[in-house]
Amino acid sequence: MTPIQRRSDVPFFLVMGGISSCFVILIVLLLAADIAFTSFADFRSAMAKPEIQSSIRLTVLSCSVSAILAVLVAVPLAYLLSRFRFPGRVIIDTLVDIPLVLPPLVLGLSLLILFHLPLGHSQWELESWLREDVGFPVTYRWPAIVLAQFTVACAFAIRTMGVTFDQINPRSEDVARTLGCTRMQAFTQVALPQAGRGVVAAFTIAWARALGEFGPILVFAGATRMRTEVLSTSVWLEFSVGDLDSAVAISLLMVLIAIAVLLALRGLGTLRLGVAASPGARSR
Amino acid sequence: MIRLSEITIEAGDFSLANLSLEIQPREYVVLMGKTGCGKTSLLEILCGLRKPTSGSVWIGGTDVTHYSPGDRQIGYVPQDLALFPTMSVAEHLEFAWKVRGASRKHITAQRERTAEMLAITHLLDRPVHGLSGGEAQRVALGRALALEPAVLLLDEPLSALDEQTRDEMLALLLSVKDATHVTTLHVTHHSGEAARLADRCLRIENGCLVEQ
Repeated sequence: MTPIQRRSDVPFFLVMGGISSCFVILIVLLLAADIAFTSFADFRSAMAKPEIQSSIRLTVLSCSVSAILAVLVAVPLAYLLSRFRFPGRVIIDTLVDIPLVLPPLVLGLSLLILFHLPLGHSQWELESWLREDVGFPVTYRWPAIVLAQFTVACAFAIRTMGVTFDQINPRSEDVARTLGCTRMQAFTQVALPQAGRGVVAAFTIAWARALGEFGPILVFAGATRMRTEVLSTSVWLEFSVGDLDSAVAISLLMVLIAIAVLLALRGLGTLRLGVAASPGARSR
Repeated sequence: MIRLSEITIEAGDFSLANLSLEIQPREYVVLMGKTGCGKTSLLEILCGLRKPTSGSVWIGGTDVTHYSPGDRQIGYVPQDLALFPTMSVAEHLEFAWKVRGASRKHITAQRERTAEMLAITHLLDRPVHGLSGGEAQRVALGRALALEPAVLLLDEPLSALDEQTRDEMLALLLSVKDATHVTTLHVTHHSGEAARLADRCLRIENGCLVEQ
């Protein structure tokens, strides 16, 4: 009989933990370097600048507006993609992901071209029409910031809502319909209340994504101080004039905001949405 | 009361052809058959949740083939119950009346009536998560019966229950049958259930309905 040998799990934890800790250490080192580079006085002095205070206000406002718009679009679109099979569904599902994979500068350039492309004999331009006929110019103004942030944030919100709706048992909406609900009532009274945490998660992710947006904003909205300046462009502006202390201080502020958002996200328990697990495909 | 006329279903590899069925008012019919033979599909067609490829569905002398599920006067208990996780037991029993905009007084009276019939009055304030299998079954049954439907459709309602709870639920279904006389189509795999509950027992075999 072969003697019983005691086998250790230590190599498992050493290999897995060693590989995992490389990334964690990298992030910690990045943050530590930023903190070591700047001082509290630099941070306070940067925050006291009127341009930075204006940038913080515009950032909070634009991120909030774009996140709200993103959720308003993401909820119905993700629900339709989750519940129905229709011609062109795969194409729409793919198009939704394009802002996630497109280089940020290309996205900004595409927005700029969309608003300034002359059409037809009259050379009609969307931006000219908005400026002259509607009185609501977009390019190089604050609406351009919101639109640039929304374009990317919405894609993230749609994916988050898609996962949420996929986890909700569609049969509860079927039962609601047998009880007299229209499809709209089944959605608003049965599906949407179950998706509550997912909606909050989608809003948070969209807000955080909008906060980090830079390339499309630079191209489509510009980086005019006190006018189209958000925190991500503030970092670039401070860096470009050689004020590295302010650039790092603003970066740290963004890190703090990002940590707060991510902690809020964890707190909401997005990985355990608290909804009934879907049994998947219908049985027959 | 219920008439399925030459129903054909074609969905991928699965198909049922020219299936016809008649169930008389107050009759309790049990439908049996192998897994995947089309029992649930048939219930979904009766509910209006699935469109047949061809054929017609009649309930109470009306062709309801193109009616929406909510206009068919049916109560439906799916196999997984599909309770609403964000609602309490009381809200389940009130749901159908609230959707129809009934008065608060009427909703309360109907809720109490249904809760008493199913012996779940003590559960009314409870959320549905944390209910036992038998309690959840009673809530799903109560939700389906709240509107006093003309037809009750049960999809393997006792399949996930232990033996003792199954016996209790069988007794409850018998008492509901006697109290409401609702026309019922009950899908099951268990011949014991069929023997205790059915006025008539049908089986789907090779795509055809066979009387047992």
